[in-house]
Amino acid sequence: MLLDVLLGVLAAAMAVVIWRLVTGPTDADRVVAVDLAFVIFVAGTALLAVRLRAPSALILVLAATLVGFLATVALAHLLERRQP
Amino acid sequence: MTAPEVTGDVLVSLGCALIAIAAVGLLRLPDAYNRANAVSKAAALGVVCVLLGALVLVLTPASAVILGLAVILQLLTTPFGAYAAARAAYRSSAPFDAATRNQAPPPPAASAEPEP
Repeated sequence: MLLDVLLGVLAAAMAVVIWRLVTGPTDADRVVAVDLAFVIFVAGTALLAVRLRAPSALILVLAATLVGFLATVALAHLLERRQP
Repeated sequence: MTAPEVTGDVLVSLGCALIAIAAVGLLRLPDAYNRANAVSKAAALGVVCVLLGALVLVLTPASAVILGLAVILQLLTTPFGAYAAARAAYRSSAPFDAATRNQAPPPPAASAEPEP
Protein backbone atom coordinates (compact mmCIF):
# COMPACT_ATOMS: atom_id res chain seq x y z
CA MET A 1 0.00 0.00 0.00
CA LEU A 2 2.74 2.44 0.98
CA LEU A 3 4.81 1.35 -2.00
CA ASP A 4 1.90 2.06 -4.35
CA VAL A 5 1.63 5.61 -3.00
CA LEU A 6 5.38 6.12 -3.35
CA LEU A 7 5.31 4.84 -6.95
CA GLY A 8 2.59 7.42 -7.61
CA VAL A 9 4.82 10.13 -6.18
CA LEU A 10 7.63 9.03 -8.49
CA ALA A 11 5.23 9.07 -11.44
CA ALA A 12 4.31 12.68 -10.61
CA ALA A 13 7.99 13.58 -10.44
CA MET A 14 8.52 11.93 -13.83
CA ALA A 15 5.66 14.02 -15.24
CA VAL A 16 7.47 17.14 -14.02
CA VAL A 17 10.64 15.92 -15.75
CA ILE A 18 8.80 15.37 -19.03
CA TRP A 19 7.25 18.83 -18.79
CA ARG A 20 10.70 20.33 -18.30
CA LEU A 21 12.08 18.26 -21.19
CA VAL A 22 9.39 19.59 -23.52
CA THR A 23 9.31 23.23 -22.44
CA GLY A 24 12.78 23.78 -20.96
CA PRO A 25 14.02 27.20 -22.09
CA THR A 26 17.56 25.99 -22.83
CA ASP A 27 19.13 22.66 -23.63
CA ALA A 28 21.01 22.81 -20.31
CA ASP A 29 17.65 22.46 -18.56
CA ARG A 30 16.99 19.35 -20.62
CA VAL A 31 20.32 17.81 -19.58
CA VAL A 32 19.43 18.39 -15.91
CA ALA A 33 15.97 16.92 -16.51
CA VAL A 34 17.46 13.76 -18.04
CA ASP A 35 19.70 13.44 -14.97
CA LEU A 36 16.65 13.50 -12.68
CA ALA A 37 14.76 11.15 -15.02
CA PHE A 38 17.37 8.43 -14.57
CA VAL A 39 17.37 8.96 -10.81
CA ILE A 40 13.59 8.47 -10.77
CA PHE A 41 13.93 5.40 -12.98
CA VAL A 42 16.47 3.81 -10.62
CA ALA A 43 14.29 4.47 -7.57
CA GLY A 44 11.17 3.22 -9.34
CA THR A 45 12.89 0.02 -10.42
CA ALA A 46 14.02 -0.68 -6.86
CA LEU A 47 10.50 -0.02 -5.53
CA LEU A 48 8.95 -2.28 -8.18
CA ALA A 49 11.35 -5.09 -7.34
CA VAL A 50 10.24 -4.87 -3.70
CA ARG A 51 6.55 -4.43 -4.61
CA LEU A 52 6.45 -7.42 -6.99
CA ARG A 53 8.67 -9.56 -4.71
CA ALA A 54 11.05 -10.13 -7.62
CA PRO A 55 14.59 -9.62 -6.26
CA SER A 56 16.07 -10.65 -9.61
CA ALA A 57 14.79 -7.34 -11.00
CA LEU A 58 17.27 -5.54 -8.75
CA ILE A 59 19.99 -6.14 -11.34
CA LEU A 60 18.15 -3.55 -13.46
CA VAL A 61 18.99 -0.99 -10.75
CA LEU A 62 22.69 -1.55 -11.32
CA ALA A 63 22.35 -1.32 -15.11
CA ALA A 64 20.22 1.83 -14.93
CA THR A 65 22.74 3.47 -12.58
CA LEU A 66 25.55 3.04 -15.10
CA VAL A 67 23.44 3.97 -18.12
CA GLY A 68 22.17 7.09 -16.34
CA PHE A 69 25.66 8.32 -15.49
CA LEU A 70 26.94 7.72 -19.03
CA ALA A 71 23.87 9.41 -20.56
CA THR A 72 24.28 12.52 -18.41
CA VAL A 73 27.99 12.87 -19.18
CA ALA A 74 27.48 12.20 -22.90
CA LEU A 75 24.69 14.77 -23.16
CA ALA A 76 26.78 17.33 -21.27
CA HIS A 77 29.69 16.81 -23.66
CA LEU A 78 27.38 17.12 -26.66
CA LEU A 79 26.07 20.40 -25.27
CA GLU A 80 29.59 21.71 -24.66
CA ARG A 81 30.94 20.71 -28.06
CA ARG A 82 28.04 22.00 -30.13
CA GLN A 83 29.00 24.87 -32.39
CA PRO A 84 26.59 27.79 -32.05
CA MET B 1 5.00 -4.73 11.29
CA THR B 2 8.43 -5.82 12.40
CA ALA B 3 11.35 -3.50 13.03
CA PRO B 4 13.08 -4.09 9.65
CA GLU B 5 9.82 -3.38 7.81
CA VAL B 6 9.35 -0.11 9.67
CA THR B 7 12.96 0.91 9.03
CA GLY B 8 12.69 0.06 5.33
CA ASP B 9 9.39 1.91 4.96
CA VAL B 10 10.81 5.01 6.65
CA LEU B 11 13.93 4.99 4.44
CA VAL B 12 11.95 4.47 1.25
CA SER B 13 9.48 7.23 2.16
CA LEU B 14 12.33 9.62 2.98
CA GLY B 15 14.01 8.89 -0.33
CA CYS B 16 10.82 9.44 -2.32
CA ALA B 17 10.21 12.70 -0.45
CA LEU B 18 13.70 13.91 -1.39
CA ILE B 19 13.12 12.99 -5.05
CA ALA B 20 9.79 14.85 -4.94
CA ILE B 21 11.63 17.91 -3.55
CA ALA B 22 14.08 17.64 -6.45
CA ALA B 23 11.16 17.56 -8.88
CA VAL B 24 9.61 20.65 -7.25
CA GLY B 25 12.98 22.39 -7.58
CA LEU B 26 13.18 21.42 -11.24
CA LEU B 27 9.70 22.84 -11.74
CA ARG B 28 9.96 26.09 -9.77
CA LEU B 29 13.54 27.37 -9.73
CA PRO B 30 14.36 30.15 -12.18
CA ASP B 31 17.43 29.13 -14.21
CA ALA B 32 19.45 26.08 -15.24
CA TYR B 33 22.10 26.48 -12.53
CA ASN B 34 19.57 26.57 -9.69
CA ARG B 35 17.80 23.55 -11.16
CA ALA B 36 21.06 21.60 -11.42
CA ASN B 37 21.79 22.45 -7.76
CA ALA B 38 18.39 21.19 -6.54
CA VAL B 39 18.44 18.06 -8.67
CA SER B 40 21.97 16.96 -7.80
CA LYS B 41 21.73 17.23 -4.02
CA ALA B 42 18.18 16.08 -3.39
CA ALA B 43 18.11 13.35 -6.01
CA ALA B 44 21.46 11.81 -5.05
CA LEU B 45 20.49 11.55 -1.38
CA GLY B 46 16.98 10.43 -2.31
CA VAL B 47 18.01 7.55 -4.54
CA VAL B 48 20.55 6.38 -1.96
CA CYS B 49 17.82 6.38 0.72
CA VAL B 50 15.45 4.44 -1.57
CA LEU B 51 18.12 1.84 -2.35
CA LEU B 52 19.00 1.41 1.32
CA GLY B 53 15.31 1.02 2.16
CA ALA B 54 14.91 -1.62 -0.54
CA LEU B 55 17.97 -3.37 0.87
CA VAL B 56 16.36 -3.50 4.31
CA LEU B 57 13.05 -4.73 2.85
CA VAL B 58 14.63 -7.43 0.65
CA LEU B 59 17.56 -8.66 2.69
CA THR B 60 19.24 -11.48 0.78
CA PRO B 61 22.96 -11.84 0.02
CA ALA B 62 22.46 -11.24 -3.70
CA SER B 63 20.39 -8.10 -3.17
CA ALA B 64 22.89 -6.86 -0.58
CA VAL B 65 25.73 -7.11 -3.11
CA ILE B 66 23.76 -5.52 -5.95
CA LEU B 67 22.23 -2.69 -3.94
CA GLY B 68 25.45 -1.97 -2.05
CA LEU B 69 27.31 -1.67 -5.34
CA ALA B 70 24.53 0.53 -6.74
CA VAL B 71 24.69 2.83 -3.68
CA ILE B 72 28.47 3.20 -3.99
CA LEU B 73 28.24 3.88 -7.72
CA GLN B 74 25.51 6.48 -7.18
CA LEU B 75 27.52 8.28 -4.53
CA LEU B 76 30.58 8.30 -6.80
CA THR B 77 28.94 9.24 -10.10
CA THR B 78 26.09 11.63 -9.25
CA PRO B 79 28.29 14.59 -8.22
CA PHE B 80 30.36 14.26 -11.38
CA GLY B 81 27.27 14.05 -13.55
CA ALA B 82 25.81 17.17 -11.95
CA TYR B 83 29.15 18.98 -12.31
CA ALA B 84 29.31 18.05 -16.00
CA ALA B 85 25.75 19.27 -16.54
CA ALA B 86 26.39 22.61 -14.81
CA ARG B 87 29.69 23.13 -16.68
CA ALA B 88 27.93 22.37 -19.96
CA ALA B 89 25.24 24.91 -19.04
CA TYR B 90 27.90 27.58 -18.43
CA ARG B 91 29.86 26.81 -21.60
CA SER B 92 26.72 26.82 -23.70
CA SER B 93 25.95 30.33 -22.37
CA ALA B 94 22.77 29.42 -20.52
CA PRO B 95 21.31 32.70 -19.23
CA PHE B 96 21.55 33.56 -15.54
CA ASP B 97 18.52 34.55 -13.53
CA ALA B 98 18.23 38.33 -13.15
CA ALA B 99 18.59 38.06 -9.35
CA THR B 100 22.00 36.35 -9.58
CA ARG B 101 24.74 38.40 -7.98
CA ASN B 102 28.33 38.09 -9.25
CA GLN B 103 27.40 36.74 -12.65
CA ALA B 104 30.29 35.05 -14.41
CA PRO B 105 31.51 36.55 -17.72
CA PRO B 106 30.46 34.76 -20.87
CA PRO B 107 32.73 31.82 -21.68
CA PRO B 108 35.23 32.08 -24.53
CA ALA B 109 33.98 30.99 -27.92
CA ALA B 110 34.06 27.26 -28.51
CA SER B 111 35.97 27.77 -31.76
CA ALA B 112 38.95 29.12 -29.76
CA GLU B 113 39.59 25.64 -28.37
CA PRO B 114 41.92 23.43 -30.40
CA GLU B 115 39.97 20.83 -32.29
CA PRO B 116 41.18 17.28 -31.72
